[in-house]
Amino acid sequence: MEADQFVDFEVKLHSTSRLRHLVARPQVSFLCNGHAPFKPLPLTQAFPMLEWGLNWVISSHAHDHLVMHAAVVEKGGCALILAADPGSGKSTLCAALVQHGWRLLSDELALLRLESGTITPIARPISLKNRSIDVVRRFGPQFELSKVCHDTAKGSIAHMRPPPDSVAKRNVAARPALVIFPQYREGSNMICEPLGHAYAFLEMVRHSFNFSLLCGDGFDAIAGMLDTATAYRMQYSSFDQALPEVNRLWSQHG
Amino acid sequence: MINATQPDPYLLSRVLRAPQSATELNLRQWEQLIWQARSAELIGQLEARLAATNLQQFAPAAAQRHLKIACDIARKHADAVRWELHMIQDCLKPLGIPVILLKGAAYCALSSPAALGRIFNDIDILVPKEALSSVEDALTGAGWLSAHTNAYDERYYREWMHEIPPMEHKNRCTVLDIHHTILAPTSGIRPDPQSLFNNSAHLNGEWEFFQVLSPQEMVAHSACHLFFGEFHRGLRDLFDLHQLITSFESDPGYIDSLLERAHGMGLLSPVVDAIRQSNRLFGTTFSKQSLQSCVSEVPSWPPASWRDWFFDRVLRPANPSANHSLGSFANWIAFARSHHLRMPWGLLAYHVSHKLFKVE
Repeated sequence: MEADQFVDFEVKLHSTSRLRHLVARPQVSFLCNGHAPFKPLPLTQAFPMLEWGLNWVISSHAHDHLVMHAAVVEKGGCALILAADPGSGKSTLCAALVQHGWRLLSDELALLRLESGTITPIARPISLKNRSIDVVRRFGPQFELSKVCHDTAKGSIAHMRPPPDSVAKRNVAARPALVIFPQYREGSNMICEPLGHAYAFLEMVRHSFNFSLLCGDGFDAIAGMLDTATAYRMQYSSFDQALPEVNRLWSQHG
Repeated sequence: MINATQPDPYLLSRVLRAPQSATELNLRQWEQLIWQARSAELIGQLEARLAATNLQQFAPAAAQRHLKIACDIARKHADAVRWELHMIQDCLKPLGIPVILLKGAAYCALSSPAALGRIFNDIDILVPKEALSSVEDALTGAGWLSAHTNAYDERYYREWMHEIPPMEHKNRCTVLDIHHTILAPTSGIRPDPQSLFNNSAHLNGEWEFFQVLSPQEMVAHSACHLFFGEFHRGLRDLFDLHQLITSFESDPGYIDSLLERAHGMGLLSPVVDAIRQSNRLFGTTFSKQSLQSCVSEVPSWPPASWRDWFFDRVLRPANPSANHSLGSFANWIAFARSHHLRMPWGLLAYHVSHKLFKVE
């Protein structure tokens, strides 16, 4: 951190008092400028709590962006947005794309800048849950995983280190070219279909954190994005199905 | 390594009081200013204050970004409040009853300086007590639903408080507080609601359906809300008071009439606290004589030095850079004090036992 860099938020993980440790499980609180937005968690969950806390800081303050619950990867200066409900396999697919050379912008929050219509990168560790941890572990030793943290509200969690190249380019924004709503379903065939503008628009609204706060600006941001980016729904049961399909769509739209 | 800057608990209030002082801040101080302003929910007001004399250009780019976001959000909040007021107006007009806008909604409809950059958490209205059930029915028909409460909460509001349980719109999630007087009757201070309606003023143009409290009663209400409360947004509420008093003060007899009316309502003590504290932190001007004349009527217990210590601690931004080692003790006193002022001891004991043990 440079001495002349402005600190936007002061965040802190604060372990509860030693006195409490004598009688109960040690706990940890997340503080942002002295304010605790969440209830404390067991101390063993400190790292996932840091991730959730940082997500909270961004999604409740970065209102010069439309903040969407989506992963974003980039190739050739254009961005691919993967928007989905939790548990759809969005982060796992994002990790697989990163493994295949896509640049990571974010695995969790797509920040669509209102002024420019580009996606601002975050390039933080990719959060993996439950069975996807083993899936990513098989990617090979160059993809480093954190220790697994069990029994969180979202099950077991591990984080994949973002590739150094993605971190180095964290100030390079990208324009969205393709939006995919992925859905992993065990045993499913590959289903991929284009979505109408109106449907894709409403889905993006549903995945946004601050749409109602931004009013017309949020509307214009999604509409502007969907003017240039085409949207698809994709259901799959393996990377062998999903990755070639993503490449096919990318060759048409990327 | 970042050079540490000495925490300065009065940085925000000083810049709000004298925006010109912002030109001398270094990067670390700007950082602290933005943190304090956000924690105090005064960042939009800070932006408005700086922008009025084009001083935000002296801020580092990153601080300007936070100020700009705050300004945009505040503008959208004000638009949303105006939209809700239209909805409420359409809904309540057929009832033919007077409706007074309180607090933020009133500042917004009046375009008061207190509304500049302010964000609004809910909308407060005052209606005659006998019209409460028809108001509730009309609002329910228009989509506002009474917030989920249990039997105890229901009794707490309906029997003891000055408002009914908050109503929330089923689609827009906006919260509406409906009051029948300005202070919990259990506090023992019971300003006559009828005189509030008699002294109120009709708004013009777009908002002609609504009324607002007289300038004296508006400040007295805001002051009792802050100084009988828990100081959650203490500094923000005090800045509201500073902006209100400053805007009414062009009328030369204003402070005297304010004190006289506050005395009549039994609210002299919070009004005197408001004037003194907003003078201390924001430099609100008032004539010493007018205040001197009524200070003798303010209860002498607790001693003035204790009060000053207490108000100094609780009227700070809720930020670590403004913390005092006894800050949480002062906040605890504020919590206990607000409950004590709101209810007599017997009722308070009953209320606390319900909240602690969830007796049903």
